[in-house]
Amino acid sequence: MPAAPQFAISDLVRELRAIVGPDGVLASESELLAYECDGYTLQRNPPTAVVLPRTTEQVVAVVNLCRRENLPIIPRGAGTSLSGGVLAVDGGVMITLTRMNRLLHLDVRNRRVLVEAGCVNAWVTREASPFGLCYAPDPSSQPACTIGGNIATNSGGPHTLKHGVTTNHVLGFEIVLPDGQVHWLGATPDGCEDVEGYDLRGAAIGCEGMFGIVTRALLRLTPAAVAHKTFLGVFDTVDEASQTVSDIIAAGIVPGALEMMDQLITRALEEAYHFGFPLDAGALLIIELDGLPDGIAAQSTVIEAICHRNGAREVRVAKDDAERAALWKCRKRAFGAIGRLSPNYVTQDGVVPRSQLPVIMRFIRETSERCGLRIPNVFHAGDGNIHPLILYDERDPGQVQRALAAGHDILDKCIELGGSVTGEHGIGVEKIDFMAKQFSTDDLDAMRTLRRVFDPEQRCNPHKMFPGSKRCADFAPRKQAAA
Amino acid sequence: MRAVQDGRLALDATTTRHIDLCLGCRACESACPSGVQYGALLEHTRDHIEKHHRRPVIERLWRWSIETIFPRPRLMRWTLAAPRLLRALGLTRLLPRTMREAVEMLPPTQHATAIPPYSPAQGESRQRVGFVTGCVMQVLFQETNHASVRLLNRAGCDVVTPQAQGCCGALFAHSGNLECARDCARRNIAAFESAALDSIIINAAGCGSMLKEYGALLEDDPVWRDRAAAFSRRVKDLVECLDAAPCSLAPTNIKVTYHDACHLAHAQKIVATPRRLIQRMPGAELVEMAEADLCCGSAGSYNLTEPEMAARLQHRKCANILATGVEVVLTSNPGCILQIQAGLKKAGAGHIRVQHIADFLDAHSTLTERG
Repeated sequence: MPAAPQFAISDLVRELRAIVGPDGVLASESELLAYECDGYTLQRNPPTAVVLPRTTEQVVAVVNLCRRENLPIIPRGAGTSLSGGVLAVDGGVMITLTRMNRLLHLDVRNRRVLVEAGCVNAWVTREASPFGLCYAPDPSSQPACTIGGNIATNSGGPHTLKHGVTTNHVLGFEIVLPDGQVHWLGATPDGCEDVEGYDLRGAAIGCEGMFGIVTRALLRLTPAAVAHKTFLGVFDTVDEASQTVSDIIAAGIVPGALEMMDQLITRALEEAYHFGFPLDAGALLIIELDGLPDGIAAQSTVIEAICHRNGAREVRVAKDDAERAALWKCRKRAFGAIGRLSPNYVTQDGVVPRSQLPVIMRFIRETSERCGLRIPNVFHAGDGNIHPLILYDERDPGQVQRALAAGHDILDKCIELGGSVTGEHGIGVEKIDFMAKQFSTDDLDAMRTLRRVFDPEQRCNPHKMFPGSKRCADFAPRKQAAA
Repeated sequence: MRAVQDGRLALDATTTRHIDLCLGCRACESACPSGVQYGALLEHTRDHIEKHHRRPVIERLWRWSIETIFPRPRLMRWTLAAPRLLRALGLTRLLPRTMREAVEMLPPTQHATAIPPYSPAQGESRQRVGFVTGCVMQVLFQETNHASVRLLNRAGCDVVTPQAQGCCGALFAHSGNLECARDCARRNIAAFESAALDSIIINAAGCGSMLKEYGALLEDDPVWRDRAAAFSRRVKDLVECLDAAPCSLAPTNIKVTYHDACHLAHAQKIVATPRRLIQRMPGAELVEMAEADLCCGSAGSYNLTEPEMAARLQHRKCANILATGVEVVLTSNPGCILQIQAGLKKAGAGHIRVQHIADFLDAHSTLTERG
């Protein structure tokens, strides 16, 4: 673990400015405030300095400086992580890649695109869509989150049920290791897609920024679906909706997306977007089929039959692209609408086998009653990836503690049901305690060994993922001021 | 802003700088699923900053000049005479760069007459509306005001233009001087109250959103609260009024694009209406530009206080316009017209005209009587 920095902050800032220019370094207390946490706001601590490089060479120079001074490095994209993945636990230099945001080369013929790590996810599809192509992973934060951050957490999204997560769509990338070496892992921009040797690309995707700093990435583009059919299944109970999810998959259908929203979240979304959701329904399912028109027609019949067999009150079909877009806007902005329900929330990212969805949903409801906090749900039902949103008010320390406890209980239950504590958000600082529950000591040792291959000094994004890591010194209710 | 309020963040030059850099375009309000009223938060924060933070002398002087000149049409005319003279003599290169760019933005002088206090509807009168002349609008775009009144008349509106009206107060509210904004509001409410109007029409998006917010602005004033709310309920943008009126437009053959003025699209949520009006015109082809609702950088007096950031946005807006290949850019706010026209000129595309939507509709509806 890195020792406390020995040399003065003013010297550090001066040297950083020499590398990236005066406008590329933030070091005043007020400016660092914006970087004290990500989307997980329960723990906060500012970095020593934030640096905003524009080139890989600048990243290398900053990394070399940090190596010389034995300073922690915290890579950061847009800061939309929900697990404290970019928290500067004990300070250090935060390397923020949002100025390296260019789309460098769109190779339509080979269906791939070269981007800088700070390129925003949604921009890739925007630029590729005139050619009938898209970048498949579509996390709900896609209008803001960066490709580099997606690689760090191996991001998913509603449509990854059928099309796969980040690792299935990143062909290769450039990574700056904590010792200043620059490597290209996986397929190169001018090379073929089959790469000999170990798949180090695959090993590094989902490393949560603990292996190095990704600076450029080569992404696979997917032909956009020719046709879509999007259903909104209206159910009286979460149980019925959960059973429907399980039955659809059991019938051999893999929809493009299969999402559930419960009553509480639906109410908030209706208030925000006036979509016309039925407010008295216990649960809604968004089921989207994509592909070729003939196949969709056959599957539609089966899906409607399954919904009705499970007691669906109504199965609506989006009448046009505009209505379909409106529905997805509601789904993808659901977390953002929580402000209408509560001043604060903490979300969990547990996964259970699909057949256990009714069990975990019942457990969440019981937990909500037990802890006296409301818990709306909006999640990737098709993957069994739940996102209970535990609502609390940070001004009441009792509520903060109960929210934390509720989250822990739910994740414990996920493990008990044969699931996992994270589907896509990552471990970060938030779920460290669960690693020892989910993995044996040998498993954890193997992971640490892999990490040390890339970062022997464990200086890159320290204090994340592994049990026994240092806790944020400022983790106390008094510090949880603004959200 | 919350950190300042909670005492976690000092109100120093850095903090002020970040708040200054905000355009106040309120695109975040359109984006926010939780419905946070960011515009109001920003105005109150700026008001707090101006009361508690001392700016350098030059900055204060520049801001004071803007706040003094723009809300006073007569003073604005006089002040603009000097730079216009310089421009006519080709001497603008003597000025510092920021001032030179501001001067280059000025449109040619319009020697238009004042808007008459009353102009009757053509044909049957459907409603009686008040007309807000604006400050920049009447000094630089009086022709557009005339066009707006003609359109309203053709749409069956008797138009009353109270002579006692003044600045809407937006300039003050946006730069952190809420008390002056409230004074403006009181003056206008009184000026329009006496005329018994069905609605109050404004053709400048920035002023329109301010007028619609008088209710909130005077919420804590027991004497004016209800009168302000009643005033705001009646305010409509010109396009809202025309959209509801039967007014036929002549066929034309022209490719246009539409730029969303921030205060129309984000503050007033009027996005589809102007497009619908354009498309009602047979033969007019509306080509959407990329990022149509992205700010052009004008943002009230932002292009005068933050020229560098404004220029970046101006460049991006003009690149998006050039990609559409249109001959005419339509919008609904004077600041946007100046900013975009200047940007196109800089980009060597001065032949593309930027027009207020009222001028465009007026020019193409003169041939036909009401349908």
